Amino acid sequence: MTTTAPPATRPEPHRAAKTVSRPGDRIFAGLARGSGILLLVVMAAIAVFLTVRAAHAISKDHGNFLTTFEWTPSLNPPVFGIAVLAYGTVVSSIIAMAIAVPIAIGIALFITHYAPRRLGGPIAYVIDLLAAVPSIVYGLWGALFLVPHLRGVNLWLDHYFGWTYIFHKEDPNSAARSLFTVGILLAIMILPIITNVSREVINQVPKMHEEAALALGATRWEVIRLSVLPFARSGIISASMLGLGRALGETMAVATVLSASPTLSGHLLDPVGGTFSQNIVAKFGEADDFGRDALIASGLVLFLITLLVNGAARIIIQRRKEYSGANA
Amino acid sequence: MAKRIDISGLSAYYSAFKAIDDISMTIEPGSVTAFIGPSGCGKSTFLRTLNRMHEVTPGGRVEGKVLLDDENLYGSGVDPVTVRRTVGMVFQRPNPFPTMSIFDNVAAGLKLNGVRKKNELNDIVERSLKGANLWNEVKDRLNKPGSGLSGGQQQRLCIARAIAVEPQVLLMDEPCSALDPISTLAIEDLIGELKSRYTIVIVTHNMQQAARVSDRTAFFNLAAVGQPGKLIEIDDTERIFSNPSVQATEDYISGRFG
Ligand SMILES: Nc1ncnc2c1ncn2[C@@H]1O[C@H](COP(=O)(O)OP(=O)(O)OP(=O)(O)O)[C@@H](O)[C@H]1O
Ligand SMILES: [Mg+2]
Repeated sequence: MTTTAPPATRPEPHRAAKTVSRPGDRIFAGLARGSGILLLVVMAAIAVFLTVRAAHAISKDHGNFLTTFEWTPSLNPPVFGIAVLAYGTVVSSIIAMAIAVPIAIGIALFITHYAPRRLGGPIAYVIDLLAAVPSIVYGLWGALFLVPHLRGVNLWLDHYFGWTYIFHKEDPNSAARSLFTVGILLAIMILPIITNVSREVINQVPKMHEEAALALGATRWEVIRLSVLPFARSGIISASMLGLGRALGETMAVATVLSASPTLSGHLLDPVGGTFSQNIVAKFGEADDFGRDALIASGLVLFLITLLVNGAARIIIQRRKEYSGANA
Repeated sequence: MAKRIDISGLSAYYSAFKAIDDISMTIEPGSVTAFIGPSGCGKSTFLRTLNRMHEVTPGGRVEGKVLLDDENLYGSGVDPVTVRRTVGMVFQRPNPFPTMSIFDNVAAGLKLNGVRKKNELNDIVERSLKGANLWNEVKDRLNKPGSGLSGGQQQRLCIARAIAVEPQVLLMDEPCSALDPISTLAIEDLIGELKSRYTIVIVTHNMQQAARVSDRTAFFNLAAVGQPGKLIEIDDTERIFSNPSVQATEDYISGRFG
């Protein structure tokens, strides 16, 4: 190799930086930029609208917006707060997640690693179908089937586990229209989406990672523990967050099952409480302008909770990024 | 430690496709045997029948016998998991567990075998990493992820992981094909050191490598695409590379193949 190249062949720096621009590229870039800006403008408009109206309602609230149990913006002076709603939303979602996530992971692993091929496909298909059932149908099923049938379960729980406080029931004979029932119903509703996304993530675990474990003499479960779950972990967390998002925002199913009342009870089986979206559908029809502003304020809080949950999930996923399989 | 492998009448299928046909050979304990042959002739498939990894592939099926000393790996009631604990394997592409630290990667097999004591694990991990010529490069970062190592280091990590459980046989499928010449030499040296304790089988496309590291060489070939691969001959490496008894072997080695 010669050390000096003829100067003429050396590319000029400013020419190298300039690229040929084609009409197709320009149009597409313009479209993409335009839709991006439009989306931001719409989002900003919604945010401003909601915030202004919510702030208006909260400024007139004569109760403490965060700690008041009642939701009576029509009183003079208006008194309303989100304590019961926030509690009900969070508790019913926690119950739903506690039930749905382990079962969903179990089903996803069963389909991908244990079921014979001929069985795995149909099961996955049926679960896909479940995801397509409208939530009002779940709500009706919950009210007509789940509520009466859970009565006995409630009695049993109260009798044997009443000492745990959370399973104590004030009035053992009241209907099972409680946050506990709502949690079970929500679990059934979010099970398909968590299962399906988890299954897809698990299917994407590279064969070579599983073979690494197999070649060491790992049993099926050990392969799952050594190779599959660590690799699929962040995907499974994302799947759970999708489910949680649905559980937090679910409206009709909760509204048909829960017997709402402005009471906050630590006993999960008591037929009291409420959730943000259930409260909004229940009150929106009869609310005047001010009442609607108040409901908007509660909706904004739900939005913040969802945002917080997603942020937390993102942090969990990021924290061990160094160890994630993505770069292997 | 090292064991003799006695293969007789072995055929392997992918569903209906027969990938290797009726292979018989004996692999002496404590020797290095190289498998050479054109791409697609079934070297990997054959290697994977020796630790029952072939049947992991959907549709994978094996006929014939593989005796490890006197035990048939395919005998009824033999657990493939146990087989794989005695017959270790190193793959073509380095595949350390990406979510585990270097230490945990090497300790993974030990933990499967129920080794739990911290100082015992420490000892074996250090010994295995030294055995794989990797200790000096990683001793200060044992808790860093294994996927952060270079390709050659990752491959040696995989070797360390495989020898940590003290298998009796070590199978290597083109272990150097993704590595630079220096890492390749390091692994070849390593094979030379390991063969006193393990029976080693290595697949390679590199004739010089086969000539350098192996005691015996087996040449595989297939009549045509879609036909099963066959064992053409197995002999002392010196003989295969100087004076093979089959013309096809000589053609392949001297590059007059196809
Ligand atoms: N998973 C699989 N499913 C179906 N056929 C397969 C599969 N893996 C390999 N085969 C076929 O089996 C035959 C032998 O493949 P194998 O991978 O054993 O060849 P090889 O000698 O290792 O080749 P190479 O030198 O390229 O690695 C080939 O015809 C291949 O197409
Ligand atoms: Mg191969």
